[in-house]
Amino acid sequence: MTATLEPTTSVVGTAPSRRRVPSTLRHGLSLARRGIVKTIHSPEALIDVTLQPVIFLLLFVYVFGGAIAGNSSAYLHFALPGVLLQTVVFASAGTGVGLAEDLKTGIFDRFRSLPISRAAPLLGAIGADLVRYLTAGVIMLVFGFALGYRTVASPLAVLAAFGLVLAFAFALCWVFTALAMVVREPRSVQGLSATIMLPLTFASSVFVPTATMPGWLQGFVAINPVSRSADAVRALLDGAPAGGAAAISLLTSAVVVVIFAPLAVALYRRRT
Amino acid sequence: MDVAIEVAGLVKRYGDLTALDGVDLQVPRGTVLGLLGPNGAGKTTIVRILTTLLQPDAGRATIDGVDVLVRPREVRRRLGLSGQYAAVDEYLTGFENLDMIGRLYHLGRRRSRERARELLAQFSLSDAGDRPARTYSGGMRRRLDLAGALVAAPPVLFLDEPTTGLDPRSRTEMWGVIQQLVAGGTTLLLTTQYLEEADVLADDIVVIDHGRAIARGTADQLKAQIGGERLELTVSDAGRLDEARRLVTPLGVAPAVTDEHRRSLTMPVAGGVKALRQALDLLEAEGLDVDDAGVRRPTLDDVFLTLTGSTTSGEDGA
Repeated sequence: MTATLEPTTSVVGTAPSRRRVPSTLRHGLSLARRGIVKTIHSPEALIDVTLQPVIFLLLFVYVFGGAIAGNSSAYLHFALPGVLLQTVVFASAGTGVGLAEDLKTGIFDRFRSLPISRAAPLLGAIGADLVRYLTAGVIMLVFGFALGYRTVASPLAVLAAFGLVLAFAFALCWVFTALAMVVREPRSVQGLSATIMLPLTFASSVFVPTATMPGWLQGFVAINPVSRSADAVRALLDGAPAGGAAAISLLTSAVVVVIFAPLAVALYRRRT
Repeated sequence: MDVAIEVAGLVKRYGDLTALDGVDLQVPRGTVLGLLGPNGAGKTTIVRILTTLLQPDAGRATIDGVDVLVRPREVRRRLGLSGQYAAVDEYLTGFENLDMIGRLYHLGRRRSRERARELLAQFSLSDAGDRPARTYSGGMRRRLDLAGALVAAPPVLFLDEPTTGLDPRSRTEMWGVIQQLVAGGTTLLLTTQYLEEADVLADDIVVIDHGRAIARGTADQLKAQIGGERLELTVSDAGRLDEARRLVTPLGVAPAVTDEHRRSLTMPVAGGVKALRQALDLLEAEGLDVDDAGVRRPTLDDVFLTLTGSTTSGEDGA
């Protein structure tokens, strides 16, 4: 389609736009690479997904563990799957903050002036963050092992647990992306995300068995998707049957993606 | 005439605010158009529409003969943009910034790397190429940003206030870089708040105010229209400002403008230093004390004073 025009000095040539989807993916991957290189250059940006959850786990296991479960090693066994989930859930909030920061600089204008798909920068950011989530999850599990956590689960079950956690984080990061498009100011995104995440993670089965909670709270815990996912991850890592909880967790993630991904993309298009 | 950028009747509204009110532009291939105007005049809005970042409410535009509204993706292959806020990734090195853009253009791994090194060398950034961009000075960042716009050697380039916020030395360096590019045949549309910058870089200048083109012509035509140097005097006694104005008026090529509050008058003159000496002699003969006096080159404010009768009012945002 461009071949009829006189040749320009362009070094790109005029490659006709290939099939849309593959090139969107390819651009998304190039941009994800940017996100990963960025993380490597500023490892301090990994603190929220490494050091912070490690400290969290230490505090919970040794401060509350004995009181909640009788002794800290029993509590570690109970809490680790949940903390694994919680770490990745918090990391997904970072996606929103990072996007809000990027949008404040001119970098997205640059991307949008390039002959690439409009969704590619968004996919790139989320792709790079999936790597971040995975890093965070692996660090948590390794650290848990160092503290004495042991599992009888098969490697396949461990992988499945990771898959569930990543799917859940992937779903949530669309919520935070949508939030970032509406709220704009990185600090506000950060504050709002924490406000949403704290009740979701604490009013759940992540840290404590829910039996001692008042009835109304148990009602919330029961419908809280974080609880269902934590139960599924715990069951998988315990080598227990996890089918029902896992199905609910995956279904929840799917529903969240179906609602929030198009919303986030629409908001992103309008915003930029 | 071979036209690289053509704009007709461009309108953009934000609610009640009309950011662009019917702008027409034509930029012949290989030339430089300077859009001159204060903050909030609509310069950036024009650039954003032409680079497909923004949809106009009315009007049409073509880049290299391709319609901006109908085939934005085609247009993006033909243009490079360097915006007001340097679009470099702080955490990536200069090399990585350029390499990434090359890959987004499908240059391939090897060509992207070569091109990144070429551009770093061209913009005197080779030594800093492997340092994160956050360690760069303002001038280096702008150069890197401009390099980013040139990765695919686009035939049409948009620079939105390329030197705003730079120190005088970096500004002069940037001008040199831009002049080299233009000598290579690139068509350039640049926006600026500085008359001097438009004068140095642009073949044609369009003065934008409140979303409208209020004057256009070559730099020389515009300067002829607004007059040359300005004589500026500050008298000690505000009460005698009018008297001073009457005395020096015959020396000017256009009427003097007075500012009671600052006890000052400004007047376009032809003779420069000679006019200054004559003015001081005249005032001294009448016993009129002068606190400050000088001649200076015209600024954007003078352009606006001459063209619209009021100075720039840059408070209505961009």
